[in-house]
Amino acid sequence: MIVEQAPVLIVVICLMSAVATPLIGWVKRELCYPWVILALLASTCCSVLVMNTVIHEGSIHYYLGSWLPPWGIEYVIDHLNAMMLVLITGTALLVAIYSKKSLEAELPDRTVYFYTLYLLQVTGFLGIVITGDVFNLYVFLEIASLAGYALIATGEEGAPLAAFRYLILGTVGACFYLLGVGYLYMVTGSLNLAELAEILPRLYGSKVILVAFAFFMVGLALKMALFPLHLWLPDAYTKAPSVASALIAPLMTKVAVYIMLRVMFTLFKPYFSIDLLPVTKILLYAGVIAICVGAIMALAQRNFKRMLCYIVIAEVGYMVGGVGVANTVAIRGAILHVMNDVVMTLGLFAVAGIIAYKMKSNELTAFDAIFKKMPFTMAAFLVVALSVIGVPPTCGFFSKWYLIQGSIMAGNWIFVGALLFSSLVNVILFFRIIEIGYYDFGASGAGDAHSHDERSVVSEAPLSMLIPTYVVAAAIILIGLYNQSIITTIIDFAVPKL
Amino acid sequence: MDFIIAKYNYWIYITLMMIGFYAMIAKTNLIKKIIGMNIFQTAIILFFVSISYKRGGATLPILTDADAHGGHVIDVAQYLNPLPHVLMLTAIVVSIATLGVALAIAIMMYRKYHTLEEDEILKAIK
Repeated sequence: MIVEQAPVLIVVICLMSAVATPLIGWVKRELCYPWVILALLASTCCSVLVMNTVIHEGSIHYYLGSWLPPWGIEYVIDHLNAMMLVLITGTALLVAIYSKKSLEAELPDRTVYFYTLYLLQVTGFLGIVITGDVFNLYVFLEIASLAGYALIATGEEGAPLAAFRYLILGTVGACFYLLGVGYLYMVTGSLNLAELAEILPRLYGSKVILVAFAFFMVGLALKMALFPLHLWLPDAYTKAPSVASALIAPLMTKVAVYIMLRVMFTLFKPYFSIDLLPVTKILLYAGVIAICVGAIMALAQRNFKRMLCYIVIAEVGYMVGGVGVANTVAIRGAILHVMNDVVMTLGLFAVAGIIAYKMKSNELTAFDAIFKKMPFTMAAFLVVALSVIGVPPTCGFFSKWYLIQGSIMAGNWIFVGALLFSSLVNVILFFRIIEIGYYDFGASGAGDAHSHDERSVVSEAPLSMLIPTYVVAAAIILIGLYNQSIITTIIDFAVPKL
Repeated sequence: MDFIIAKYNYWIYITLMMIGFYAMIAKTNLIKKIIGMNIFQTAIILFFVSISYKRGGATLPILTDADAHGGHVIDVAQYLNPLPHVLMLTAIVVSIATLGVALAIAIMMYRKYHTLEEDEILKAIK
């Protein structure tokens, strides 16, 4: 019984607990934290269950209210979204556990509403990923975005303006997506993803389809912060509260990449997206430019969180570029990178949150002699940093390996060059931090002898923040070690047949 | 000329959308930006409602002479497609929610900086 209903429960549990959170907070504020964790734990269990079913029995079709597809809304779970579901619920659960201390420090009197929005945000992400209906996807996209704007606006000085700009651009992106849906509906009369995929090949010559495709791609590029459309991202994620950016930064861009994969390879057939249109070529160059600009801009930053934002922009370039290379190996690399990037970005922003909690600052100078003060946090940070650089056996190596292998096979040397360039820049970025953190430069001047003892005292982050960070670090190594079996059981089924 | 008149509602939708887009990009006042955003979203509603229209006296899909057993076959060309209207109900709800969040954020900024001009707020932040 529960197993049959698991797909819808994943979303419904989050939505209903979001609605119930203010009531629980009204009774007793401290109950919100365990409540959110409980809800997300239940949701995570459901998504693991669903993933298990998908691996053993193939795709699941769930008809809401038993209305059959062309009329009703359908949830379709195949290998790609089963993977995304587990990633989203897992990330949300870890960040929820992590959130307690950080929220108490940053938003002491607004935790109840923060958790409400938090759950709504997760609901939005889950809904986007699980649904098999293009209009339903738009609604969930807006739920996720609206919750995201509100979460970001609660941040530090300047956060409301950053959130406002994000809102304006995000709305344009979502509206473009909606227009794309409208144009498709105009010629097909259907909103169901699977049915559209069946009808569309007969209409590939039509200009209306081209317009729809263009609207989809531009709207999604805005949502995923692909290079020329990335301007909202650094401000929004830097100024958001630590917990909000630890949730939104790993997921929002990756969910948008997921929608792009769906539009390009499920809604439209791969031969339309790859052979009939020069889309992949544009995506390839957009990816290359995003990687280079992201890497260079990251070098110029003096604020750790802002630096991470530009790394996120570069990582979007990896995935988009991998799709742009358009052969099986590179797309496999891109999908594996979606998974890895969720984990790595989560790790990076979790460390940023811990630093902000202990040092009250995210400037790079806050890392001064930090290895002595917070050895455990920095050990986890090292694992994450090595993975972002791409050192085996961490997971970051393997997705980069597939991307490079794929682009060599396709003869796209420019993408290979961009990948290597960004890896080198990542080495500089992270070793700069390790240098600042390892040696005792004394930001306040070398003469501060009295502070030396104080500096070397270990003052670690609270366990509720450390444990999730360590789970992430462990996940990075485990995904790296078991990448072969992950690829054969999940990702190879998600790669479109070219 | 015929091309424009025959599909005037689509031209209006494009014009409205561009007006909204211009306001969102070019205006520095936050409320003007929000109004632009709303015009932009409303233009899309006009687009969706337009695509459900049919020529030749099609009317509302209320079946007066259909019997309960489904024996009566209806002629699709006689009825307007109601689905885009229903979709737009959802889109209106979404756009109102967006408007609400945008206004709330604008109020937040007004309380802090006592202005709604973007450049003045930027100056105050720095």
